[in-house]
Amino acid sequence: MQNGISRIILFISFCFLAMKAYATPGINMPYGVSPISQEIYNLHMAAFYICCGIGAITFGVLLYSLIKFRKSKGAEAAHFHEHLGIEIFWTVIPTLILVALAIPATIVLKHIHNTEESALTIKITGYQWRWKYEYLDQGISFFSKLSTTQDQINNKTKKDDWYLLEVDNEVVVPVNTKVKLLVTADDVIHAWWVPELGVKQDAVPGFINENWILVTQPGTYRGQCGELCGVNHAFMPIVVKAVSQAEFVKWVSGHQKVAENKLQDDSLDKAKAAIAAHHA
Amino acid sequence: MSSSLPKNHKRLTLILVCGVLFMFGFCYMLVPLYELVCKKEGLNGRSVKSATALDPKMRVDKSRVIKVFFTSTLHGPLKFRFVPLQRYVEVHPGETKLIYFFAENQTGHEITVQAIPSITPNDAARFLKKTECFCFTQQYFFKKEKADMPVYFFVDPAVSKDIKEITLSYTLFDASGFEKKQEHSTKGRIDL
Amino acid sequence: MNHDIAHNNEISHDDDHHGPETGFKRWLFTTNHKDIGTLYLTLSCIMFFVAGTMALIIRVELFEPGRVILNPEFFNQMTTMHGLIMVFGVIMPAMAGLANWLIPMMIGSPDMALPRLNNWSFWLLPFAFSLLGSTLFMSGPAPDFGWTFYAPLSTTYGPKSTDFFIFSIHLMGASSIMAALNIVVTIFNMRAPGMTWTKLPIFVWTWLITAFLLLAVMPVLAGCVTMMLMDRHFHTSFFNAAGGGDPILFQHVFWFFGHPEVYILILPGFGVISEVIPTFSRKPLFGYMSMVYASCMIAILGFVVWMHHMFTTGAPYEAQLFFMYATMLVAVPTGIKVFNWVATIFKGSITFETPMLFALGFLVMFTLGGFSGLMLALVPSDYQYRDSYFVVAHFHYVLVSGSLFTIITAVYYWLPKWTGQMYSERLGQIHFWLSVIGMNVTFLPMHFLGLAGMPRRIPDYALQFTDFNQICTIGAFIFGFAQLILLYIVLKSCFSKSKPTATSQVWEGAKGLEWTLPSPVPYHTFETAPVIQ
Repeated sequence: MQNGISRIILFISFCFLAMKAYATPGINMPYGVSPISQEIYNLHMAAFYICCGIGAITFGVLLYSLIKFRKSKGAEAAHFHEHLGIEIFWTVIPTLILVALAIPATIVLKHIHNTEESALTIKITGYQWRWKYEYLDQGISFFSKLSTTQDQINNKTKKDDWYLLEVDNEVVVPVNTKVKLLVTADDVIHAWWVPELGVKQDAVPGFINENWILVTQPGTYRGQCGELCGVNHAFMPIVVKAVSQAEFVKWVSGHQKVAENKLQDDSLDKAKAAIAAHHA
Repeated sequence: MSSSLPKNHKRLTLILVCGVLFMFGFCYMLVPLYELVCKKEGLNGRSVKSATALDPKMRVDKSRVIKVFFTSTLHGPLKFRFVPLQRYVEVHPGETKLIYFFAENQTGHEITVQAIPSITPNDAARFLKKTECFCFTQQYFFKKEKADMPVYFFVDPAVSKDIKEITLSYTLFDASGFEKKQEHSTKGRIDL
Repeated sequence: MNHDIAHNNEISHDDDHHGPETGFKRWLFTTNHKDIGTLYLTLSCIMFFVAGTMALIIRVELFEPGRVILNPEFFNQMTTMHGLIMVFGVIMPAMAGLANWLIPMMIGSPDMALPRLNNWSFWLLPFAFSLLGSTLFMSGPAPDFGWTFYAPLSTTYGPKSTDFFIFSIHLMGASSIMAALNIVVTIFNMRAPGMTWTKLPIFVWTWLITAFLLLAVMPVLAGCVTMMLMDRHFHTSFFNAAGGGDPILFQHVFWFFGHPEVYILILPGFGVISEVIPTFSRKPLFGYMSMVYASCMIAILGFVVWMHHMFTTGAPYEAQLFFMYATMLVAVPTGIKVFNWVATIFKGSITFETPMLFALGFLVMFTLGGFSGLMLALVPSDYQYRDSYFVVAHFHYVLVSGSLFTIITAVYYWLPKWTGQMYSERLGQIHFWLSVIGMNVTFLPMHFLGLAGMPRRIPDYALQFTDFNQICTIGAFIFGFAQLILLYIVLKSCFSKSKPTATSQVWEGAKGLEWTLPSPVPYHTFETAPVIQ
């Protein structure tokens, strides 16, 4: 019958799409290159499969009912309107399923709140509409802005492959190193989000939040601002480049040279001297 | 229709209106409630905004060392140089320490500023206590004035053993238009 | 509406009533619950097409990467206004309209408890929305900070129109509070003798619970926007870190309102479905009392889950855990409701008239929305989902194929009772299928866009998101234009000059006091209370 068959088609399409989602990159959550992104992916897929299971049963019963108990096929309505056993069943079982799902979620969350020492700290400040990165221990500081041109945005020239996901100065981190991120903002709330690293952290003006990443594979990973921050919210991407330890050291010294050339004053030395004198 | 019906309406309506007014008030009550919970639990990196008295009975826990990092942020277009003079210090819980931030007014005129502290991780925030801090009051700077700004703090020994690193961050805000009438405390400030 | 209602009136007993006024005076001064219900539904319908047009404008801009027709500034205004109008101008007034039309008839009372307050509740709304809409024509930008208007984007960095937005919210809030007050007093005090709480129609139950939610949280919204106003103009620092305030406080206050608000948007809809499914299954609702308890549980739990909108703001571990568990727990009473509906259908005798089609569409698609909600509840996963199109997909599934479908169900179900005209079943079915197809083509791909990393509230996106965005846009146009069928059906039924084609019973399996009245219902009904067995 028309409605029943249509329901079946809807249901099967959903299943098909679900399977396709798993197989095709670019439409599912990335597995990612960080232990956290991978744990999150597994949790996400587990939840998804559980929902598929519950959906299959619920919609299966519904579909069956819609086909079998049609008045047009002569079905006569029963009169029951309660059944203690089944009601307890479908209260208790979902609760147990939720507990089963909550346990891995709790564990992954504990891993995210890992307080172990990190080897590197980067302070990230969100501005309207760019990011500032400060490698606090190395004395490096730079802004990172969208490098896609206005002409591309206004359709005057062909768009780059990484349209809206490219910046002038990338964040460089060494692989297999725990990097602590201190996140704040200058003006409004922004959010630092890189899907393949499994990290999203709100940047709140006046407050500092911390998070961490550990990239297991060299490569370039792109993300975007994850909190509406005004007109150009879509135009302040993030690009993280993970390199070997040696390359990272080289990059740092290159930047430090630039920083040293810029800064030519002895204010801080004088300030430290004054303190020493004060307490002598 | 019974004539008591309108009276029932009035009474119930009155009760519900009181409920509505209560909820409006509750919204405003959320503000101090939030402050209280944040301070107590150290949420949002909030620490105490006023001096903590030193407890003479406080024991220094020499078995542990915590690294306390410092960082600074300027808010908006504020033209100041505002940096910590030490990247970090290592302290035992219970040990008091004095550290300094360097501030230089580069705005070209006199100005009042306010430093807002924020501490991470959340679990540690309420245990980082200050006995003296330039953030307790607004700070007034003459044109081109430079100063070393003190923070006298300790990490309460009750802090969880998991905590090995704490970051104390200050954001410096331009307080123009919000100047308070109280005396600016320049206690401990070293002018340069 | 039918000017003939008064003349068809055979049941009215008190001859002092001379029927409704004519012309615009009738609508301006009416205290009749049916008229006010009509006014709410009319406003909702107009606002639906306004906000729907905004949605289509948004989707056109999102058809391709690069600038299509809008600059980012106006895009942000469109997304903000679309959200605000849909929530406050479409769903809430429609539900209020249903409440006004149905509650007195369902409980056997002649009208609402406070009829003049009822009039005022409605008439605040056109002013509120004119105020809000006028911001689009002001020299600066209209509100452009999302319907959630986080500080400091909306306070320190908000455009001048923000103050008009604040006043508009105050008016809407006042309207909702007064309507909720009216509903509670009506249900408490004006039930026909013999209508005990356990005999109360389930739609009335869900509106009673919703009314309490409204009374509890609309004042909090009022406080929130007042604090915003004070920060903007009176030198306070509720949400400004510079003065010792906290932007996160804004989010707490807003979502303390915001989460119960979404239950306000859906609970009456649950009630509608619980009325419709038994009718077309010819079987009593499975688990009436557990439906009531489940609705109460959802409402109560709704107060303690607000922080799940804030998982990435820097919340501490224990808080995240609590809110995750509490949010997941909401799945239990919601699941009970879904299972109860399925159990009502099971072993029934089912027919597929349009109200039943929309109810079934709701059942499947709202449940899908519930699944994405459960996934969002998991904090680590939420770190990836938050502020992405996955969230957009979730709330559109629960609001469009959730709330909106229940409203459409209600309209198809009760329109013959209100107007006496049976709508064309054929047109209803076309409307249904186009809506379901349009809805899924629009919002199903958004799940994948979000998972692939597309943030929300962006007018322009990276190239890999193009294909799915184009599918979404096509779906949106299908869905949007399909609603014109509903408009046609409603207008035809309302303005038809032909004799009534609907019987009193209308639907074979329908039970309830309203079905004992003639179709179309007289202007005044139940002036003498019916006796309930």
